[in-house]
Amino acid sequence: MPDVIAKSVYKASPYREAAEAFIGDLRRECVGDSYWLQPDCLDLPTLWIGQRELLPLLRFLKSELSQPFAMLYDLSAIDERLRLNRGEGELKQPQSDFTLVYQLLSLERDLFVRIKVALPESRLSAPSATSVWACANWYEREIWDLFGIEFIGHPNLRRIMMPQTWQGHPLRKDHHARATEVDPFTLSAEKQRTEQEALLFKPEEWGMARASDSAEFMFLNLGPNHPSVHGVFRVALQLDGEQIVDAVPDIGYHHRGAEKMAERQAWHTYVPYTDRIDYLGGVMNNLPYVLALEQLAGIEVPPRAQTIRVMLCELFRIASHLVFYGTFAQDVGQMSPVFYMFVDREKLFGIVEAITGGRMHPAWFRIGGVAQDLPEGWDRMIREFLDYMPARLREYEGMVLKNSILRKRTRGIGVYNTGEALNWGITGPGLRATGLAWDLRKRRPYSGYDQFEFDIPVYDGGDCFDRCRVRVEEIHQSLRIIRQCLDNMPGGPYKSDHPLTTPPRKAGTMHDIETLIQHFVNNSWGPVMPVGEVCFPVEATKGLNSYQIVSDGGTNAYRNRIRTPSFPHLQMIPLMSRGLLVSDLIAIIASIDFVMADVDR
Amino acid sequence: MNPSIWITLLNIFGVLIAAVLLAALLTWGERRLLGFWQDRPGPNRVGPFGLFQVVADMIKLFFKEDFVPRFADIPVFVLAPTIVMASMLLGFAVIPVSPMVGVIDLNVGLLFFLAMSSMAVYSVILGGYASNNKYALLGGLRAAAQTVSYEVFMGISLMGVVMLAGSFNLREIVVAQQGGWFVLPQFAGFLIFLVAGIAESHRLPFDLPEAEHELTAGFHTEYSGMKFGMFFVGEYLSVILVSSLITTLFLGGWLGPWLPPAVWFALKTGLLVALFVLLRAALPRPRYDQLMHFGWKVMLPLSLANLLLTGGVLLWLQQ
Repeated sequence: MPDVIAKSVYKASPYREAAEAFIGDLRRECVGDSYWLQPDCLDLPTLWIGQRELLPLLRFLKSELSQPFAMLYDLSAIDERLRLNRGEGELKQPQSDFTLVYQLLSLERDLFVRIKVALPESRLSAPSATSVWACANWYEREIWDLFGIEFIGHPNLRRIMMPQTWQGHPLRKDHHARATEVDPFTLSAEKQRTEQEALLFKPEEWGMARASDSAEFMFLNLGPNHPSVHGVFRVALQLDGEQIVDAVPDIGYHHRGAEKMAERQAWHTYVPYTDRIDYLGGVMNNLPYVLALEQLAGIEVPPRAQTIRVMLCELFRIASHLVFYGTFAQDVGQMSPVFYMFVDREKLFGIVEAITGGRMHPAWFRIGGVAQDLPEGWDRMIREFLDYMPARLREYEGMVLKNSILRKRTRGIGVYNTGEALNWGITGPGLRATGLAWDLRKRRPYSGYDQFEFDIPVYDGGDCFDRCRVRVEEIHQSLRIIRQCLDNMPGGPYKSDHPLTTPPRKAGTMHDIETLIQHFVNNSWGPVMPVGEVCFPVEATKGLNSYQIVSDGGTNAYRNRIRTPSFPHLQMIPLMSRGLLVSDLIAIIASIDFVMADVDR
Repeated sequence: MNPSIWITLLNIFGVLIAAVLLAALLTWGERRLLGFWQDRPGPNRVGPFGLFQVVADMIKLFFKEDFVPRFADIPVFVLAPTIVMASMLLGFAVIPVSPMVGVIDLNVGLLFFLAMSSMAVYSVILGGYASNNKYALLGGLRAAAQTVSYEVFMGISLMGVVMLAGSFNLREIVVAQQGGWFVLPQFAGFLIFLVAGIAESHRLPFDLPEAEHELTAGFHTEYSGMKFGMFFVGEYLSVILVSSLITTLFLGGWLGPWLPPAVWFALKTGLLVALFVLLRAALPRPRYDQLMHFGWKVMLPLSLANLLLTGGVLLWLQQ
């Protein structure tokens, strides 16, 4: 085991109590104890279970347990074969080559739990959880695609990220990460033919019939290159006239292997990659990543840094929601609002640029704080913006939300209720538009959000119009939060004085050799994070976003799983659009507010 | 040679060239106006105020590959864009620009216009069908349904004007407005015809056959180069044609004090064209079925009521 410079120090967690209450309930209500509770997981209870007992346990947690875990928050896997540190003594984790990780969320308990299933390399299969949670479908396809783990009982286990013709499973440790690690790429005529044949559209493969008793269906290929799909996203439509019989989303066109890259980038140098996950969210993407690492390393972030982070994140929430607002109006045919909103966004980027030096992708948060202190005059710029924005928002409300054509186009379209939303893993504004006031910033405050006064906007229509209204209201709330940051910005350092922060501290380097060596090492190959697993969800612009990081005590992540909100959201499109018209589908797609990088990573 | 032939020829070519040039200019004018309303400059680089943008676009369109997809129905595909250009230009023949200017003085001028504007829809339907592309087909189908529904009350809405003027001749209709523009006694007819006119020229909010956010480019998805250019110019021609017809029927045509008649006509038409552009900048697009409901359940009864009321009032006045 490599020596670590600083040992992980778990802070007293406010969710420890909720975790212990859950474990108590579990012991009381669960018949049999086929699970093994990993003792070192504290506020994120982790149960190991054999694959035979998996489905009963999931069902129990979903529906029988008091205050159940209604949402499958995330489902991923870890290739454990090269992992060195898997606990000693009573902490020793079960023998496993590939581990499935189910992460569940209980909205009543405000608690996440992890269920882990150990799989030997010789028998990589597990029962499919699609019968328990509908949204397990895509997650399991992703695991099959990237790890080669089979799910028995899955309705349509096909590749989802990689092309159907891909050889191997990219997130396995023995799969190359770079093109330079393999022979140069060649495309023979034969290969080109098979590749093109694989792209041929066969409705049966998508689970669609060519005709019914009364009609022959038309198949319309919407995307991946279409003006209204917000990036490279494809929906195969089965149409009867203009009415949608079925819509099957197809993703993977924006897959860049961000999770694989994390396995070779140093902890610090991965920060810019996070910017590009939800590319409208800017530093909002840095936050869950650095928060997770800070929890892992036990770094206490000074109040000034926390407040700066909150302020920047809320600025980016406004920027992202403005893009949503404008494109939403544009997709129902209203041409002008997007131009006005981009003017406002441009002003926002002006502020972001003055503070961070970057615009869309500032990569500005650091492990332990932020990159720089706020520049002189930042308060004036922010104050001007805060005074300018509300009048503009009122104008947009009259232009967009009060427009009767837009209302007719979006009201009662793409409706789902709270139960469906939870079953499909919907988080963020899409969940709050169903009448459920659940915001992670209120329920599990992080980075000092408990110090701020703001409301959770809720509407209960669950349709496109309400999803838009929630976001518009959130812009107002974000302005409120930023005003509080402005009025109460604490003094003090903008970065923690912890040895594992990046860039490393320089103050003492000329006085003692320890600090000098540490500075040199942490600058050259980066800090060495303590062994452990962390996950720190945040309320990002589009829903819950988190990085589930496995550290094996090295200078980079052993595994970095990125849970993004847009991935499950897109999966719900068929349910929302069946029986409606093509125009409605466009409104639905616009109302989801996704970016494809946030789906495919 | 008879000098009146020269005047006729001058009229014909004058109107023809002016219409085409104005339509081309409108491609620039619309973008500048949209830019103005959307807080951005619009095309302002080529020449003074970007005026030569039209020339630049024209050169681009002419030099683009004249591409015909091999899966298309080629003769129809080639023919389709010409229909809209031709029928719209023919429509200009009956427009009386001023007492002196105007190509022909048909005593069924109004009917001729209605016939020509109905012809234009063949362009869209055939273009959509011949492209052999699903988006184009959907656009063409939408165009067919939309035209059928909106043409019905378009004709009916004009009958009030015909009753008041007692003629189908556009020149006589203008002259009949010397006592007052028909927009006042026929305000409902004016609004209904305006809506129908926008629908007829497939402009937002009635641009469903094109609907770029849904159907990428609708009926002209497969078109490029000058064939696309003809659809494009055809659309602007129909905007100008409908505007000049509204001017003629409801706003007193060339009538007006002080300024020469042709200037009055151009001013009124120009304002209406700007209104077309403003509508595009301001309004979202209704859904296809909503559009149909609006046409059949709101506009048609309204136009019939207007017809009855106008007829009743006229009879009552005559007694």
